[in-house]
Amino acid sequence: MHGFMTLFKKEILRFWKVAFQTVMAPVLTALLYQLIFSHVLSQHVEAYPGVSYTAFLIPGLVMMSMAQNAFANSSSSLIQSKITGNIVFLLLPPLTALEFFGAYLLAAIVRGLVVGAGVLAVTAWFGLPLPSHPLWILTFAALGCGVLGTLGIVAGIWADKFDQLAAFQNFIIMPLTFLSGVFYSINSLPPLWKTVSHLNPVFYMIDGFRYGFFGQGDVSPWLSLAVVGGSFAALASWSLYLIGSGYKLRQ
Amino acid sequence: MTHAISIESVSKRFGSLQALDSVSFTVAQGEFFALLGPNGAGKTTLISAMAGLSRPDSGHIRIMGHDTVGSARQARMTLGVVPQELVFDPFFSVREALVFQSGYFGIRRNDAWIDELLHKLGLTDKAGTNMRALSGGMKRRVMVAQALVHRPPVIVLDEPTAGVDVELRQSLWAFVQELNQAGHTIVLTTHYLEEAETLCSRIAMLKKGKLLALENKDKLLAHSATREISLKLAAALPASLQPLKVREADGRHILQLADIARLEDVLRELRLAAVEVRELSIHETDLEQVFVKMMHGGRV
Repeated sequence: MHGFMTLFKKEILRFWKVAFQTVMAPVLTALLYQLIFSHVLSQHVEAYPGVSYTAFLIPGLVMMSMAQNAFANSSSSLIQSKITGNIVFLLLPPLTALEFFGAYLLAAIVRGLVVGAGVLAVTAWFGLPLPSHPLWILTFAALGCGVLGTLGIVAGIWADKFDQLAAFQNFIIMPLTFLSGVFYSINSLPPLWKTVSHLNPVFYMIDGFRYGFFGQGDVSPWLSLAVVGGSFAALASWSLYLIGSGYKLRQ
Repeated sequence: MTHAISIESVSKRFGSLQALDSVSFTVAQGEFFALLGPNGAGKTTLISAMAGLSRPDSGHIRIMGHDTVGSARQARMTLGVVPQELVFDPFFSVREALVFQSGYFGIRRNDAWIDELLHKLGLTDKAGTNMRALSGGMKRRVMVAQALVHRPPVIVLDEPTAGVDVELRQSLWAFVQELNQAGHTIVLTTHYLEEAETLCSRIAMLKKGKLLALENKDKLLAHSATREISLKLAAALPASLQPLKVREADGRHILQLADIARLEDVLRELRLAAVEVRELSIHETDLEQVFVKMMHGGRV
């Protein structure tokens, strides 16, 4: 247990010591999206009845930032340790696969939540109403960060080089988050693309998270919970298996 | 008594390369043991397998009786490894690195021992310095400290003095000898054979993944004691001694003797030929010669 706590603390300090890059930068990026998209689109789109586009956009941006940063935290920490070789300091001690996984996962969730809180703080004054279901908000925030944090662990273990990780990020994570209804309601899409969106687990994270703010979404929050929870359970089992088997970590 | 390290028919293959080929030996508790071999001999692969960083394809390794696969946690608790590659976490200071390393081994409040390690390794005034700002030698010292935070009974140092200045090498060896005298088992690999010769009591030599020799150091040296003598003579070397001559250097004849007792025969021949000896010196074999000889195919 102390091994887990130590690794968790180390992972928190790792991103906190460079918070300008790991927290401030994504908050600023989200603020820019908010400024630009709300300026361009606020007159044209009303996503839900009674919900302005400007307000609709905020939870989407918050969840997207959380997801991307949770992924970035675990994946970049692991690949840096692997490439510089200092991962050996984690492989020599008797840490269990669960301690290893838990520490990276929890640190990724914390980074995601800190960034999410930051994005919320700078965008909420664009007109976000008071949340109607705070518990749903917290549940989807934590689970969404958990899914992407776990995916980051898998990607960090799998990738041997920075460009492989960048490819994973640019060709999988970015499309999944951008095409998940961050910027639009999928009900506005043609039927084919609507169906495709329903296959994207990130869509359910954002929809469930948004439901917490507005009390309405594209699908039921329970369905979203089942999809996001199921994705997390599957990815976590896979990730634990990889760590336990020593895949790419112990030759 | 349980062996500090027991290696039983360990083999490991990477693709077409047989990195370890059925290697077996044991190291007793309290020994100072050297693992020698040229680059690519399998030393680091063997150390990785001991440390659980890689898994043997077949065979078993036990550290203080704990199997490195079956009882990995206990095996890791009893082993401290200083890896060959100079690695560090650039985010943290020396003390932070040591506190974290203690924590990974489940140790809280390790400050007294960390302070002692810092002191012994001459790192006290660098405790608050970020790892990035340290010289290579200093980083190496921190790696030694990191390997010792959990006071392991068995310590493995993989080329700990590679690229390290003379002063540090000496202070590092003094510290490692102190640990050995305190009862720790030490295994080291080194390129500096004189280090192995001065420090170690027993030596294993690896070549292409195979154990080539495993001997008490003195025995190893005695075995291969083809001693050489260097002679400066007033006249030519008598014909009867020509077969013993291996080369000539600086006007001196270098003769090789199977046994030092044969020196008497040489001197008798010289007396008979009435050749005056101006200078005579005897060269003892050192580990380096044994090593070079073995690596070129000669068996001891």
